[in-house]
Amino acid sequence: MEPGSDKAEAAESKDGRAKAAVPVNADAKTFDGKLVDAKSADPQAVRPTIIGPTISQHKFSQMSRRELLKVVPVIALGAFAIPSFQETLLKKGLSFSDWVSARMFRNGHLAPTFADTALTPFEKFPINDYDVDDPGVIFENWTLTVGGAVQKPGDYRLAQIQALPRLRQNTRHVCVEGWDVIGRFGGARLSDFLNMIGADTSARYITVACADDYYESLDMETALHPQTLLCYEMYDRPLTREHGAPLRLSIPTKIGYKQAKYLTHLKVTNVLEKVGYWEDQGYSSFYGL
Amino acid sequence: MSGTVIEIVRPKGEETETVGRAVYEHPLPVRLCHWLNAISLFVMVGSGLQIFRAFPSFGAKIPQKDLLNWPKSFAIGGWLGGALQWHLTFMWIYLATGVIYLGYQIFSGNYRQVLFTHKDLSGVRPMVKHYFFAGPKPPQHEAYNALQKHAYTSAIGLGVLSVLTGLAVWKPVQFSWLAWLMGGFHWARLWHFLVMWAILAFVFGHLVMVILHGWNNFMSMLTGWKKDPEY
Repeated sequence: MEPGSDKAEAAESKDGRAKAAVPVNADAKTFDGKLVDAKSADPQAVRPTIIGPTISQHKFSQMSRRELLKVVPVIALGAFAIPSFQETLLKKGLSFSDWVSARMFRNGHLAPTFADTALTPFEKFPINDYDVDDPGVIFENWTLTVGGAVQKPGDYRLAQIQALPRLRQNTRHVCVEGWDVIGRFGGARLSDFLNMIGADTSARYITVACADDYYESLDMETALHPQTLLCYEMYDRPLTREHGAPLRLSIPTKIGYKQAKYLTHLKVTNVLEKVGYWEDQGYSSFYGL
Repeated sequence: MSGTVIEIVRPKGEETETVGRAVYEHPLPVRLCHWLNAISLFVMVGSGLQIFRAFPSFGAKIPQKDLLNWPKSFAIGGWLGGALQWHLTFMWIYLATGVIYLGYQIFSGNYRQVLFTHKDLSGVRPMVKHYFFAGPKPPQHEAYNALQKHAYTSAIGLGVLSVLTGLAVWKPVQFSWLAWLMGGFHWARLWHFLVMWAILAFVFGHLVMVILHGWNNFMSMLTGWKKDPEY
C-alpha cells in the first residue's frame, strides 16, 4: 500500500470508530504506516491491545494476499522433489558436508583410545566385505606396490613395513551402518611409511587398491595423522584373513569403509580417478569422524 | 509488529461498520522459518529413520538385537546411502533455519510473546485442567497461554539438542568432548534417537492444536494476521 492511500483510509473511517487514529509507530513494516504501538489503554491487561487503525475489508484481503506471497519462496525447497534436480542437489549437499568435515579435521587432535578392559572381544568384532571375506591372498608372494609421487616406488614386502616403529592402539571402529566396536590394532604409522618411500606429502591424496578389487582414497592430512596406521596386527596377533591380512588401513579418525583391507597397491597422487567403492555408490568422500 | 490489532470495516451507506478485528501475530521471518522447518524436519526424521534401519539397535553388533523394525515405506532415501545424502544435505537447511529464527526472535524482541518464564508457572495448572480435565477456560490476555509457551520453548530446546546430539554422532572424534558430555558415543546415538521422538511428540500435539483452533488461526502462520482473535 502506498503512503498516498492513508488519506483514503481516513475518509473511510470518518464515523470516528478509530479511537486512536494517531500514526505513532512509523517503522511498522507490513502495514501502511498507521500502526499504533501497543501501549495499553487498560493497565490491568497483561497483553495490551488497542483498537487502533481501521482497514477496509478489501484492503485487508489485499494485504493478506501480499503477506501470503511473501511466504511462497519456501516452495523453492520443492526442487528437491523434482527428479531432474534431486541428484545434483543432494550431491552438492553431500559435498558441502564433506567440505565442512575437512575444515573440522585437526591433525593434532587424537581419537579417543581405550583401556584393554573396554575392548570388544575378538570373536565379536564383525567382518564386513563387499565381495568375499577372504580373497585368497598368497602371503609368500605378497607385496605392497607403491607408485605415484614418491622417490622410491616399487614393491615393498611386509617385513619392510614391520621394520618401522610399531604402534598398538585401542580405538573405536565406527561403521556407517551405525554400530561400532573397540578394537586393538597394531602396525606402522602411515606417515613413517610415506617417509620411507620418499612420498611427496604436499600431494593431496593417497589411493589404495585391494586384493578383492576394493579401492579407497585418503586425504593427505589424514594420512599423516599420528594414529593412521598401515595395520598388520589385531589384538597383538597377525591379521587374520577375514580381517584383511596381511595389511589393511586402520584410521580411527575415519569411518569404517575407508579403512581398506587386503591392500595390494598404494599411490601418492593429486588426481583422483575414483574416490572409493562406497563413495562411488553415493556415500560421503571425506567421512572424517 | 506482533500484537498490533486492527479493525476491519466495510462501507455501510455513508459510514462504515465493523466486520471484525485482526491481530498481527507472526512476522515474516517467523513464518518463513516455520514452514522451512516443517519441511526440513520432515526430511530429517524420514531420512534419519532410514539411517536407523541400517542398524536398528543400541546394543552390540554381535549378536544384533533389533529394537524395532521401522518400515521402509515411512523412510526417506531408499537405502542407507540415499538417506545419508538427504540427512547430510537438509541438516544445513534445518540448522540455518534454526539460527535465523533464534536470531530474529532475540534481536527483534519478538521472543517475549512465546518464551516460557517463571511468570508463566502459575498459568500452567489452569491450562492443564482446561486442556485435559475439562476445566474452565482461563481468560486469555496474551498471544500464547502458559502451556503453549511451554510447548514452543521446549520445542526450540529439543531442536538445539537434536543438533548437538547429531554433531556428537557425526563427529565423535573432532567433538569427542561433546560426545563425552552425553555419556559417550553410544549414549549420543541414543539421545539423538530419543530427542527425535520427543520432537515428534511435540509435532503431534502441535498438529492436534492447530486443527482444533480453526482456519483463522492456521492462516495467521501464512499471512501473519489472525482474524477474530480471542484477546
